[in-house]
Amino acid sequence: MPVLSTDDVARLAALARIDLDPDELERLAGELDAVVAAVASVSSVVSDDVPATSHPLPLTDVYREDVVQPSLPVDDVLAGAPAAQDGRFLVPQILEED
Amino acid sequence: MAPAESGRPGADDLVRATAADLAQRLAAREVSSEEVVRAHLDRIAAVDGAPGDGRGVAAFLHVSGEEALAAARDVDARRAAGEDLHPAAGVPVAVKDVVVTRGTPTTAGSKILEGWVPPYDATLVERLRAAGMPLLGKTNMDEFAMGSSTEHSAYGPTRNPWDTSRTPGGSGGGSAAAVAAFEAPLAVGTDTGGSIRQPAAVTGSVGVKPTYGGISRYGLVAMASSLDQAGPCARTVLDAALLHEVMGGHDPRDATSLTDPVGALADAARSRDVRGMRVGVVRELTGEGFSDGVSASFRASLDLLADAGAEVVEVSCPTFAHALDAYYLIMPSEASSNLARFDGMRFGLRVEPSEGPVTAERVMAATRGAGFGAEVKRRIILGTYALSAGYYDAYYGSAQKVRTLVQRDFAAAFEQADVLVSPTAPTTAFPLGSRLDDPLAMYAADIATIPANLAGVPGMSLPSGLAEDGLPVGFQVMAPARADERLYRLGGALEALLEERWGGPLLASAPRLETVPATRPEVAPA
Amino acid sequence: MSTTTTAPAATGGAEPLVAYDDATARYDVVIGLEVHVELGTATKMFDGSSTAFGAEPNTQVSPVSLGLPGALPVVNRLAVEHGIRIGLALSCDIAESCRFARKNYFYPDMPKNFQTSQYDEPIAADGHLEVVLDDGTPWRVEVERAHLEEDTGKSTHVGGSTGRIHGADHSLVDYNRAGIPLVEVVTRPVTGAGARAPEVARAYVAALRDLLRALGVSEARMEQGQMRADVNVSLRPSPDAPLGTRTETKNVNSFRSVERAVRYEVSRQAAVLDAGRAVLQETRHWHEDTGITTSGRVKSDADDYRYFPEPDLVPVTPSRAWVEEIRATLPEMPVARRARLQGEWGYSDLEMRDVVNAGLLETISATVAAGASPAAARKWWGGELARTANERQVEVTSLPVGPEGVAELAGLVESGRINDRMARQVLEGVLAGEGTPTEVVSARGLEVVSDESALVAAVDEALAAQPDVAEKIRGGKVAAAGAVVGAVMKATRGAADAQRVREIVLERVGAAGS
Repeated sequence: MPVLSTDDVARLAALARIDLDPDELERLAGELDAVVAAVASVSSVVSDDVPATSHPLPLTDVYREDVVQPSLPVDDVLAGAPAAQDGRFLVPQILEED
Repeated sequence: MAPAESGRPGADDLVRATAADLAQRLAAREVSSEEVVRAHLDRIAAVDGAPGDGRGVAAFLHVSGEEALAAARDVDARRAAGEDLHPAAGVPVAVKDVVVTRGTPTTAGSKILEGWVPPYDATLVERLRAAGMPLLGKTNMDEFAMGSSTEHSAYGPTRNPWDTSRTPGGSGGGSAAAVAAFEAPLAVGTDTGGSIRQPAAVTGSVGVKPTYGGISRYGLVAMASSLDQAGPCARTVLDAALLHEVMGGHDPRDATSLTDPVGALADAARSRDVRGMRVGVVRELTGEGFSDGVSASFRASLDLLADAGAEVVEVSCPTFAHALDAYYLIMPSEASSNLARFDGMRFGLRVEPSEGPVTAERVMAATRGAGFGAEVKRRIILGTYALSAGYYDAYYGSAQKVRTLVQRDFAAAFEQADVLVSPTAPTTAFPLGSRLDDPLAMYAADIATIPANLAGVPGMSLPSGLAEDGLPVGFQVMAPARADERLYRLGGALEALLEERWGGPLLASAPRLETVPATRPEVAPA
Repeated sequence: MSTTTTAPAATGGAEPLVAYDDATARYDVVIGLEVHVELGTATKMFDGSSTAFGAEPNTQVSPVSLGLPGALPVVNRLAVEHGIRIGLALSCDIAESCRFARKNYFYPDMPKNFQTSQYDEPIAADGHLEVVLDDGTPWRVEVERAHLEEDTGKSTHVGGSTGRIHGADHSLVDYNRAGIPLVEVVTRPVTGAGARAPEVARAYVAALRDLLRALGVSEARMEQGQMRADVNVSLRPSPDAPLGTRTETKNVNSFRSVERAVRYEVSRQAAVLDAGRAVLQETRHWHEDTGITTSGRVKSDADDYRYFPEPDLVPVTPSRAWVEEIRATLPEMPVARRARLQGEWGYSDLEMRDVVNAGLLETISATVAAGASPAAARKWWGGELARTANERQVEVTSLPVGPEGVAELAGLVESGRINDRMARQVLEGVLAGEGTPTEVVSARGLEVVSDESALVAAVDEALAAQPDVAEKIRGGKVAAAGAVVGAVMKATRGAADAQRVREIVLERVGAAGS
């Protein structure tokens, strides 16, 4: 019984917004299952009293002052855009409003 | 290519010179930056080919010949005008393509960024430019720095200058190969789990991952934010120190940047004194899993250090055994989020679905499906899984706890030793294609380098000699956070001891590279 | 149910409704409010791009706010300070340490495809806001947390028939707004309000707006989207029952709409429950024009936001000294201030409420500060000026007379230089742009005549013209003096003090007063 089924991987790929063709999905599912099986041991080596480290060095309170910096020029902003119109990024229709 | 014997000074002499040597000769006006840059561009044209050609080193994805020459001429003019220049002014440098460069294409080795020209410079690039160091071009890498062989570049693999049928390591195989093949005296790399050190090891060059936060991450296309660190690639420990000093130091645009001054790294590299230094051999990073040739070379270097007065001790870091697993949860998790922005909406590739309605959601999925390679998809999906509801605690949460344990192991070990050492990689360079179908075997190449990333401590790889297969072996040095100068002190001393034994730099014994037909547009002749 | 009706047809289709009173008679209403407020900082949450309103598209952006590869966030200190300030004003605990997290989901107006937000470690938690309902009833709304996050860009949907998202061919995105600091204030479930839940919701949002303005952290203009309310509503059969399934109506953008949206959802959900169906946990869209909500997005897989601590940022650990420093700068809270002013001004509860509801509190306060008596300030602003504003269909505060002018006018009356009737003429002149009240008094010659000799002469003249009147007065018919007073007032065109004239008349005829 795999940890990660093909259906699981399909669902995760959808959540990650990645189209996979059926062959790719099969292959990835197999590979990922092996990887997950290999790394899953981490949960067995730690106990509840070990704190999590999300950052390698204990820095805190790094701020910038509220001082305006110049904007990127709008031409530079849009130069790399796949499509633009009227100074804005043109994107395909958005189906779902959040 | 300019023949070695032509003119003064010889082009071959210029490309084989160290950065420190070039800097001195430039300052003394014995040579111009334009000559130095041109010699390197000629060398690139002679041996590099291009990724996907099937020939040559293929270290570069993009060569910025004209821009580099213009920068060189500018430095030469300012020097002629008597301006006070940075000591490294005029020394060229190559930059890994994961670092954004204003006006120069930046792809991070991915199709999804093909043709993207960033509107801004990474902080480290600003510092290189401010120092007057011409940028030769952008080096090849595994896509988004995900890999240990540079074979996951969307543009084709880089080859190891020692044996072009083998990989140069990865992800920064391009930067390591560029310096090892004398295409650049210096190069910039990034190291998330070993991407500077492991390529350095298998190409016989020097690579340093500074303390996390030691060099700004602003402008590094992020893979795993809490692990990524830029650093120098060079042929000597001193050269690495010089480049490290140019790039290092606090950057207010990176909230994780250290405020500490960068330190006198070049001085440490020159000190060559290891008497009384406690050198801790990490038991878990030696022996089983490391090839005989690698282990033998490592032991020989330890003997040299002991003979020179270092105190070699053994230390144990038991949780390092779980570091690789923790890494392969943390890194993909952060990467899955960092790479979400590559969606075809604002920059880079946009692909429409082959059928059905053209909605933003479907274009994003089609773009990412077509634009990302297999390894990137693998890691994004793995990271998406590790962060998803119901799995977070078991995977990401546990991995972050392992990270705490790894840090504690380091802290305990640094009570007993000033630096920790190990072989950098378990094997010498592996053949192209040999691990592409086995992700776990590929991941194992970083077994010795990952702990330093998890803990944020600095690490260096320098060549310790050749294994029985005639390929270079890397020697890893690790120091406590913010004590990068210890890497340079030990590394500089060991390098001197080894070169004395070898009668010169290890790279001098690398095979001569065949000249390949130039496949890039030539720059205008002098 | 006999009271079930049907909502007007709209995008989402008609839905059955239960009459509001019927619904609240049979169900217990529970509401919750999540209010997003754009902070009034000069720069964005994580980069130095300007936040000024109304700039050309994509001209207030940086690699950070565009989410370009390689860009990194750095926290705006003032935004954190504002977050703490809001937390303190809401009587919250300020976190000793808190971290930003990434909320991962894909949406084109979110440049990084994750939102950086203080998900489970808010800067402020466990507070409350005192609210006063229309009839003066105080109501405490418990606040669960206030946390910092960033705004998204703005999409304009083009093509298609309605301009709404559905049916649009494509969208144009402007990232000027992306990264503007937001504070989200989240209430705990508000229970026990019963049929007054909509009013509580409106009063809460209004009170929060007043508070934010008083703190100087945001202009909180709902019409500009600087303040946006998400309204959660659920019903349950009785106050002892567990909470029902709630809906979240997004982006309700006026006080009145907040109230209407709650009312509508109560009626709609009651009909769903009456029909024996379950309320769907979903987001709903508010339609200002038709006053209804329509189904948005049902909770799904896409809501797995995969939160994790933002690795590009370090923890925020505000020192207690900093927190106390901020606390020391807090202005008086609106509710407390209102109570204090009412006492100082001597207004009745009803008068005070009228003043507050008319939005005149600040104006009257300024008028009193400029020297007017509280009674006069209320009389002018709440009376003549409110009427004029209403006629002209403008805000009373945008009339061409301000607190200084009204105070000046009141001063003229108080000193006796003009009388009340003249004051109305003066005000008319001021509103017509003839100058300050004093200038209008001079220009129109409206001053009360107080020169005794002139008045005596006028009285004598009037008495001479009506000799029989003097006789009548002397004969004890003091009331006959009225005719002379009237004649004098007429002669002076009302510019005399009638009481004084009367006294002089009596003096001149030798009577001993009334």
